[in-house]
Formats: sequence, C-alpha cells, structure tokens
Amino acid sequence: MIHSLFLVNASGDIFLEKHWKSVVSRSVCDYFFEAQERATEPENVPPVIPTPHHYLISVLRHRIYFVAVIQSEVPPLFVIEFLHRVVDTFQDYFGVCTEAAIKDNVVVVYELLEEMLDNGFPLATESNILKELIKPPTILRTMVNTITGSTNVGEQLPTGQLSVVPWRRTGVKYTNNEAYFDVVEEIDAIIDKSGSTITAEIQGVIDACVKLTGMPDLTLSFMNPRLLDDVSFHPCVRFKRWEAERILSFIPPDGNFRLLSYHVSSQNLVAIPVYVKHNITFREGSSQGRFDLTLGPKQTMGKAVESVLVSSQLPRGVLNANLNPSQGTYTFDPVTKLLSWDVGKINPQKLPSLKGTMSLQAGASKPDENPTINIQFKIQQMAISGLKVNRLDMYGEKYKPFKGIKYMTKAGNLCQFRLH
Amino acid sequence: MTDSKYFTTTKKGEIFELKAELNSDKKEKKKEAVKKVIASMTVGKDVSALFPDVVNCMQTDNLELKKLVYLYLMNYAKSQPDMAIMAVNTFVKDCEDPNPLIRALAVRTMGCIRVDKITEYLCEPLRKCLKDEDPYVRKTAAVCVAKLHDINAQLVEDQGFLDTLKDLISDSNPMVVANAVAALSEIAESHPNSNLLDLNPQTINKLLTALNECTEWGQIFILDCLANYTPRDDRESQSICERVTPRLSHANSAVVLSAVKVLMKFMEMLPKDLDYYGTLLKKLAPPLVTLLSAEPELQYVALRNINLIVQRRPEILKHEMKVFFVKYNDPIYVKLEKLDIMIRLASQANIAQVLAELKEYATEVDVDFVRKAVRAIGRCAIKVEQSAERCVSTLLDLIQTKVNYVVQEAIVVIKDIFRKYPNKYESVIATLCENLDSLDEPEARAAMIWIVGEYAERIDNADELLESFLEGFHDESTQVQLQLLTAIVKLFLKKPTETQELVQQVLSLATQDSDNPDLRDRGYIYWRLLSTDPVAAKEVVLAEKPLISEETDLIEPTLLEELICHIGTLASVYHKPPSAFVEGSRGVQHKRLPGSAGSGESVESPDTGSAAGVSDAPPAVIPSQGDLLGDLLNLDLAPPATTTGPPPPTSSGMQMGAMDLLGGGLDSLMGDESEPLGGDLGGSPAMGAGFGAPPAAMPASFNAPVSGGLDDLFDLGGGVGMPSGAYSPPKSIWLPAMKAKGLEISGTFARRAGVVQMEMTLTNKAMSVMTDFAIQFNRNSFGLAPAGPLQVLTPVSPNQSIEVALPLNTVGPVMKMEPLNNLQVAVKNNIDVFYFSCQYPISMLFVEDGKMERQVFLATWKDIPNDNESQFQIKDCHLSSDAASSKLQGSNIFTIAKRTVDGQDMLYQSTKLTNGIWVLAELRVQAGNPNYTVSLKCRAPEVAQCVFQSYEAVLKN
Repeated sequence: MIHSLFLVNASGDIFLEKHWKSVVSRSVCDYFFEAQERATEPENVPPVIPTPHHYLISVLRHRIYFVAVIQSEVPPLFVIEFLHRVVDTFQDYFGVCTEAAIKDNVVVVYELLEEMLDNGFPLATESNILKELIKPPTILRTMVNTITGSTNVGEQLPTGQLSVVPWRRTGVKYTNNEAYFDVVEEIDAIIDKSGSTITAEIQGVIDACVKLTGMPDLTLSFMNPRLLDDVSFHPCVRFKRWEAERILSFIPPDGNFRLLSYHVSSQNLVAIPVYVKHNITFREGSSQGRFDLTLGPKQTMGKAVESVLVSSQLPRGVLNANLNPSQGTYTFDPVTKLLSWDVGKINPQKLPSLKGTMSLQAGASKPDENPTINIQFKIQQMAISGLKVNRLDMYGEKYKPFKGIKYMTKAGNLCQFRLH
Repeated sequence: MTDSKYFTTTKKGEIFELKAELNSDKKEKKKEAVKKVIASMTVGKDVSALFPDVVNCMQTDNLELKKLVYLYLMNYAKSQPDMAIMAVNTFVKDCEDPNPLIRALAVRTMGCIRVDKITEYLCEPLRKCLKDEDPYVRKTAAVCVAKLHDINAQLVEDQGFLDTLKDLISDSNPMVVANAVAALSEIAESHPNSNLLDLNPQTINKLLTALNECTEWGQIFILDCLANYTPRDDRESQSICERVTPRLSHANSAVVLSAVKVLMKFMEMLPKDLDYYGTLLKKLAPPLVTLLSAEPELQYVALRNINLIVQRRPEILKHEMKVFFVKYNDPIYVKLEKLDIMIRLASQANIAQVLAELKEYATEVDVDFVRKAVRAIGRCAIKVEQSAERCVSTLLDLIQTKVNYVVQEAIVVIKDIFRKYPNKYESVIATLCENLDSLDEPEARAAMIWIVGEYAERIDNADELLESFLEGFHDESTQVQLQLLTAIVKLFLKKPTETQELVQQVLSLATQDSDNPDLRDRGYIYWRLLSTDPVAAKEVVLAEKPLISEETDLIEPTLLEELICHIGTLASVYHKPPSAFVEGSRGVQHKRLPGSAGSGESVESPDTGSAAGVSDAPPAVIPSQGDLLGDLLNLDLAPPATTTGPPPPTSSGMQMGAMDLLGGGLDSLMGDESEPLGGDLGGSPAMGAGFGAPPAAMPASFNAPVSGGLDDLFDLGGGVGMPSGAYSPPKSIWLPAMKAKGLEISGTFARRAGVVQMEMTLTNKAMSVMTDFAIQFNRNSFGLAPAGPLQVLTPVSPNQSIEVALPLNTVGPVMKMEPLNNLQVAVKNNIDVFYFSCQYPISMLFVEDGKMERQVFLATWKDIPNDNESQFQIKDCHLSSDAASSKLQGSNIFTIAKRTVDGQDMLYQSTKLTNGIWVLAELRVQAGNPNYTVSLKCRAPEVAQCVFQSYEAVLKN
C-alpha cells in the first residue's frame, strides 16, 4: 500500500512529507529528480519510476508533483486515483491547491492526510465525511476558535461513515431546498485541411449542487438516454435501474458532486460547432507570406458562440505578422512565434476574420512546418451532443424543492484545425 | 491567522522555546506549541528532542490535541522506544473510551508505533476492538492486524488474529469486509504459501454482495481478491462476470481496471459460442476508451494495460483505432504508448488512416516521438502486406526531408522491409546510398551496410562504399563491425575478382587487430570457410534467409497469460512477471488463465490439460538460459555424429558443434543459418549434382561407416540410453528382378545406434555375375543421402543373395516429396542403372534427444496454433498405456507427462525429427478400449500423417 507522500514544487524542493508506515528517507526522491531533469517539459515526467527498493508514482497537478512511495505490488491506478483525490480535497478545503495554501494550512493538511489513509489503506476520502471529521478552515472559524479555544476537529463519529449511504450524512436541514444540475460538454476534435473530421469526441459531465433536507431519493430521466452508452457514475447511482430503465435513480450526497461523466465518440453524433476558412501561403523566394483566416458557426441551433480564442504556432521563419482583425484583438509573440487572437463572440451576420501579411527572414527558404490552429469557445444553453434532461423527480420527502438545469458546451484541451 | 506562522520561528533557541510552551499551563498555548512541532516535523526538521514534553500533552480530552500528539508519536516512537512506553497506558485507556471515534483512533495509532515492546500491549485492546460492536472500530482494527503483522508476524499468528480476520470476511458491514480482505491480501503477499484467502463459493458470494455496497477503495480490494479465484465451471464464471460488469461504469478508474482484470480472466472459461461471451466483449470496449480521456498519468497506466489486452483479445478494440490517435498536447510517455497500440491495431481496413497519422507525427518536434513514428511506419509495412508499397513511398518522402534522425530511422526500418519482402523494393537503394554520409548512429550504419552487402550485385560501387566504412573500422561499434565483416564477405562471394584485397583486409582487421571475441570468432569462421571451400561458403553466407515475422515484439504467450492475470498492477505497467521485480516476493505464485471448460471439443481439451498440469509443476515458465544453451548443444552436437564420415579427431567434432552454435546465434540479420552450415560442413555440395551420376562423384570422405566409439560418446552426451527396440518394418521387395535385368532388391530401413540404415538384400536372378554396385538418391523431403558408397565387395554370382547395410545421413539436398516419406533411388551395377522408389517409416528420423522439457512442451503446445493439430484413431491396439509408452520410447517418441482423467490415460509425448522439427503428441488410452486417439501438433503440419503412420506401426508391432 502507499508508504509515503512527498510534495515537490516546480523548483524541485520537497515542501511536505508524510509517512503512513515507517519513515522512508527523502533521498528516495533523488530518482524522481533525475527523471524530472531528463524530461523536457514538466508534464513529461513518467508517472511510474522504479528505484532499487521502492516505486515512485507521481501526478502533476497545479504545478505541484504529488509523489507517492510504494514498496509492494499495488495497483498504480489506485495510487494515482488516490493522489488526485488528495488534490481535490485540498482544493475543496483551501479553495486553491498551491504550495502557499498547503503551507498556510499545514496542520489541517496533516490531519487530512492522516484521516484519508491508515497504514496505506484509504480510510475516508469522501469530502462530506472529511468535512465532518475536520472542519475546513474559514476566517470566521479561525477567529471563533482563537477566542473560544474550541477546535476544528469533529468530536462525533461521522454518521455517513457506516450508514448504507456512506456518501450522505443524516440530519441535513435547509430552509431553501434546491437541486441544480449542470450539463457541461467539452469537445475535442482534430480537423484536417479539407474540413473533414479526423477525430472528434465529447467528454461530458453532469455536476450537481444538491441542498435538500432529509433523505431525498431523486430520479433523473433523459429525452435521449441512448446517447449515454459510455458512462461513469457516482457511487450513489443505482446501476440496476439504469441498466433496465435508463433512468438515474439515486440518493444524492449533500452539496456539490459529480453525478456522472460520459463519453460520446461516434463520428456522426459529434459535429464541431465552428468552421475555419483559411489561406496561409508562403511563396518561394519572397520574404512575405499571406495570412487569411475566417471563422463561422456551424450547427449551433441558433445559440451564440462566445469567448472564442484562436491560437496558432506560426513557422519559425516568420519574423513578424502584420494583421488586421475585423473584431477583437490579436497578439504575435516574435520569440515563441505564437499568434493568438481573442475574437469574442461570433456574429453569424458578420463573420470575424483576420487578414494580413507575415514577414519572413530575407533570403530564407519557404518554411516547411505547417501551422495548426487551436480554437477555444463556449456555447451557453446547449449540449453539443444533443443530450437533454427530461424530468427530475423527488421521492421520500414531502417538501417541493427548487430545480434547475443548465447546459454548456466548450472546447476541450484540443480543438485543432490542421492547415496542410 | 494561518499555519504558515509556525514556519517563521527559525531562531536558535527554537527547541528550547517550544519546550517551554509545551509545558505551559494554558491549554491554548499547549495546542499552538504542538502545532508548531508538527509543522516542523512535516518539513523534515528533527524535533525528536521534545518527545517527553509532547507525550505529556497526550492526557487530554481535547480531540484535536490528542490527534496531534498521536501524529507526533507515530513519527518518533521508533527513535525513542523507552519513552514510547510511557504512552501505552493512555492508549489502553483510550481503547475503552465510550466514543467509538477515540477507540478506533487509539487502536489505529498504536498499530503505527513500530516498537516491539508496545506491540505486546497492543494485543488485548486489538482483540477487543476486532469484536467491537461498532463497525467503524472493527474495520479500523482489521487494518491494524496487517500493521501488526508487518512488525511481528509470529505474534499475529500466535494470537490467532488471522482467524479472527478471516471471520470478518463474513461481517455484516461491507466496509469491514473490504478492509478485512485488504488486510488479508497484504498479509498473504508476504506469506505466499499460507492459505489465507481460501476462496470458496460461499465467501465469493459474500464478497460479491459487499462489492455493491462498500467504498470505491474497498471495491478495488475485493475485485483484486476475486481475480485470484478459479470458478468451478463456466456457469459460475458467468454469474460472477454478470455481477462484476456494473463496476465497469464506476467513476474510479482503478475500480474499472480491476473489474476488467476479473472479466478478462473469467472470460477464458466461457464457451465462445455463448451469447453472453459476445455481450461481454462488447461491454469491455467503452470503459477502456473512457480511461483514455482521464488525466495523463491514468492514461499511461491504462495504455500499458490496453497493450496487453489488445494482444490477448484484439477483437475488443479493433474498431476503436481513432481514440489512440496522438494529441499534440499529450505527454511524451502517453504518445509513445499510443503509437504502440496503433500498430497493434493496424489492419488492412484502417491502414490508410493510420499511415496518414504516422506521417503527420513524423514531422513533429519531439525527437523520440518522431523516431518511433518512423519506426511504426516500417512496422505497418511488415504487418499489413497491402500497405507495404505505400509505406515505402512514405519513408522515401521522409528521407527527402534530410532531417538527420528521420533519415537514419527510416533506413533502419527499410532494412526490415527488405527482409520481409526481398527483391521487391530494391529500386530505392540508390536513394538510400545518397544519404550514406549523414548516418552517424550505429544502428543506422549497420542497417545501411547490411543493405549494401545484401544487394552488392546491384550496387555498382558497393566495394567503394564498403571500403569507405572500413577506414575507421576500429572506431565503429561492434554492431557495425560485425555487419561490415559480413557485408564484405558477401560482396566477395558475389564479386570475387575485384574484392579480394578488401576481404583480406577486413578479415585481418577482425581477427588480428580486434580484441572483441565475437568479431574475432566470426572473422575466423569466414576465413576458414573461404579458405577451405568457397562453394560451401557461398551456400552458408548467401543462404536464403527466413522472412522476418510480422510481430516481433509480441509478448511471449505464457508471459502474456500471466500478465493478463495481473492487469492493473505494476507488473502490467512493466510487462514483467511480478516475481521479476517485486521485492520480497520470492514465492509469488505464477497466475494462469483458467482454461475453457465444459466444451467437449477435442481441440480445446489439451489446453485444459496443460493448464491443469502446470499447477503442480515448478513455477519456472520460461526456460532459463542454461536450458536453452543445453538444448542448442544437444541439437547441434547430435547431427554431426551421423554426418562426419571417417573417425574424426574429437577436436574437429567439437569445433563443428561450436561453429553451429555460433552460426545459430551470430546475429538476427544473417538469419538462422545453422541449418545450411551444418549441411555444408558435411561437405556435400556436389551431392545433388546429378541424379544417377557415376559413383565416382561421391565425396571421398564418406567411405567409412560411423565409428562405434563416437556413437557411445554422443549417446552419453545426449543422456539417452539407446534402447534396442527401435521398430523396423520387415523387408519388402523394392525392385523386382523383372524390371532390373535380373537384379532383385528388397529392403527396409532401421535406426541403429542413432544412425539411419538402409538394409537391403541384393539377389542376382540373372545369368551373369554382377559387380560395380553403386547407389544414389534423388533429393527428398528430409535430405536423406548415403553416408558412404554401397559396400558390395565381392561380385554377386547368379542366384546368390547378399545383405548390405547402407548408413545414411540427413544432410543431402532437400526437396519436398509426395508422399513426404517417398525416396527415389538409383542403383547401378555393371549391367545398367535402375530406378525405384520406396517409402521409409518416418520413425527412422526420430532422434535420440527428442525429449522436450516439460515447461517447453507446455509453452510449445500452446504456441502452435490449433489449426496445426490433427487427430487420428489407432484401432485394435491392446497395450496398456505404460507398455505403449515404453514401446514408443524405443522408437524415440518420449513420454513427458502422464495424466489420468476418468480412467483415461493421457500421455503427452514429444519427438524430434532429424531436421529439427518437433512433433508434440497427446495419446489417449482408455482402459478396455482398443481404440487409441492421437492428437498431433507440429509447426509443420505436413508431417502429421507420416508420424501417425509410424505411431500405428510401432504400436502394432
């Protein structure tokens, strides 16, 4: 199981260590530092590193490496998942997960780590339960504690720990009962120069914020559940019911949680809602190149495409770019050759364009690299896969809750147009 | 007011100050001081000097303070064991506290204090806590047993905690069950032989119930534990699969992968025609694809596992090629893994898409990635024949970019393409030669030199090219030196006139000026070959090379099976069995996939047989190097005994064996040349020169039969006593007198003392004396040839019969005959030349060292595709299995293992032909049933029919 945890910052200093079994000397991290030096980019450090007596399994989140030390055969995914959980918990408790935040709250961090693992076995990792055991620091509570001398450690055994619904505490009470669901879809796509899709996939999640009194039992149904054939559920969802009726039935955890995440990849269902017309040319022997780019919306069901940001890595031979945007602003960094254009909203009547010339090194031959264009955007009130919630019902409690559902589509990490 | 203030006091008297604060009367001040101590501890400062003062704070009703002190204790108790005793009383008291939280905390902390003296005091509280009414305390106590076991294993066993822990598997609370399973698994890891987790259908049922209700981490432990169970039959297997599949939709990827492991393993037991089997296959793809949209670290582990799954069951992901396309922002370790899987999934259907992607990747910036992409294009060409042409032209495009490392990588893969499709793409050689100067990596240089040597006759200036490399011979790496040596020898054999000087130069460089033994030895071999027999040298060096196989990088099947059982673990990430790298796991048991059960098909049954047979066999799966070497020696030393003619000096025999060894192992580029080498050393280049040629053409070296002394020597070496009972069929008439102007020949074949003999009776039914007998064979399937001239010393007078025994060897020219064991013979005497054909029992060719290692047999049996299996019936045979076994042994068919199932004896047998072909057999003998069943498996299925005939002949005589 997990022996120890080291937190390493970007400059390669260990700023926190925690051991759940016997103490492992921090010199074990030297192997990690070696790998870090070899890696060209911080994110290229391999996640599993063998050393003579231990294995180091690490994740990089928020520019901090979380390095777990294990000694025996342990499922690496188990370790990685746990590390991600640690990060999420820190973020949940402190708002951000940075070195400063962790140092500011080092005692809470220590208490949390102790509570999350026992001898390397996960103990309590549900945010609901942890918060009952160890109260998150707030300015008010810190002040109250200082005055009254009380602590931020719960005195009672968390009720959820052993109940049939370990994710929910008992005795929840709200004056306003509300349940909100956000359907957020991120689309990743690679489009080739002719405009046809090479890959496209949608990664969707339904995040919920449920503040309901008592033990409510919710059901959520969809207009088109057939879209969801590749799903991962929160443990609260009754899987049998989903298998049989395609209805999500669950007793929700209290507060914020991710109800499900899903993945849509079949080509015909995924259409990227933006198109790009481009003409980027370099002529042999000329020190000028032409740049011409126009964006337009596609199949957006009338919803506006907003917060559009275009970025492109121009060839190394480009010295400068003299462009004229029809809207928004652009910047070109002559050192990194990164062109970025903050477009804003796309108006279908007047399509945004960016035109002009690029100057090349005099006498240099035509650059052979081919630029690609990455696009970011957001569309409110629409799930690009077409997923729609049909209805939400509550059983088990008498009151009438306030319900709300929001949709949003945005570009994922990778929305790439190849220009060659 | 944040905790960072605790870090600020770095003055000299810090410890002193803290000491004062810890002893303060004010509660609040005490707590602050403990917090400061903890903060210092977390950053690695030594605050152990404060031990007594901190322990004094333990007696408090403030839970937070108590926890902090516990944290401190866990860290420093080891270095202050005597002081730690002071804390024991408080622990024991806390274990009785009415608040379950405190009881659990106390027992948990006590287990973390790794001090022997304390563990003794821990036993009683732990025993109580294991039976506590509160499940929270029970589950904490379960983990504590594992902690205690780690500190003092004997104590845990003596106190009977293991049994209590086993009882907890039946606990009513799923979390307690999960923790008990986790604790037992951890303990079992250091106790490989103890039967801690004896899984039976009842416990499995309990685990499956708990699986639905416990936390995600508990699910991982339970699933990993389930994976160790072997269901009794396919029905149980299916019901477990059904209850595990919902886990595939879990948000925690570790749960998903553990579930995949269970399903992959239990799927083996399901009959393939079952509907559920297909459903299950379909269900496995989406979760695997989903794993690829998670964080890169998770992706990496998932991809390593998918690599295994794709090798075992390619059908699961064959339609999901696109999800493995590389994204530009993937970390390099993910990119490389994705490439690997892309190649594994490449097929004719998707090759165009894959190639377009690979070409795209080859223009990226990351050098490692580009190299691998170029290499991948080559692997596609080798894997998908239809795409080879397109791959080659893509590679040529890439060479035109003149990017140094791209060119080098492209040349290395083009060499492989040449080896797969010889004489097809040589037109590109000119382009390759243009880039000769830019090659600076050994692998690329070696590849280029190989190409030049291999196609020397088509490259006008091959000698100049090679000469240019020769200048810096000693600065080259060994790989290049070896290749250069071989290439120049090839060149010499192809263009002997112009290159004599060059070859002498390289030979002297290799043999005299080099201190690398491999290089020197290879140099000497070539030198000797060239100086003794250039014709033979040509046949050896320019022998036809075997084509390289499609997938050279597949994991060996037995290892793959084991790794499938370890999906999701470190072993699966490293693609090595756990025993290879996990510390302290000397006794790790090798896991096997269960065989498919319930199906009555005969094709399947040997599989189950061998899988079951393995459980009691020692765990070594892959033969160790020593064994391999031994095999090689056996393989190569035995044939010379039959081939060398005159009683040779022992040294030459040794040398030959040694050369054979080298020939086989020289390098992969030369291909497996041991076969032709052996043949040519026998000195028979003229053998096949002309059928029916005058006996004078016989090589002179074959004029004496094999010396008996040498035989004994080799018998000893082979370790196989020579049973006298080798079966030999009765003589039959091969050549009737009518057809041969009065000469009648009847004969048979026999294997005596390891030598195949043709025993003939020559009868003169003509009126005149016959003299000047000679014999010659046509090319035949196994290269049978006379090892000496026909010894008919006296003239045969009319009506006289003489007996002749002609020793044979198996190094003659080879041509496949129909039927396989057909032999065409020409006999000459003073009257005329006569032709006849006869059939020899293939059992003559079974060599004495045909007994396979048990493990090798198992591996080979699985390795040979089922299509190569053939089954025969032997009717009316009344031998017991033991009698049959010993009878077969007399004819060099060796029984390796025997199993008895339901009164049916199954004998697993192996035999080896003179040309190195192994035949594996399963002989089934049912008591009281005169009909035997033989299943034969062989890489060359053509021999099966003949081998079967021999089985029948041997068993019935």
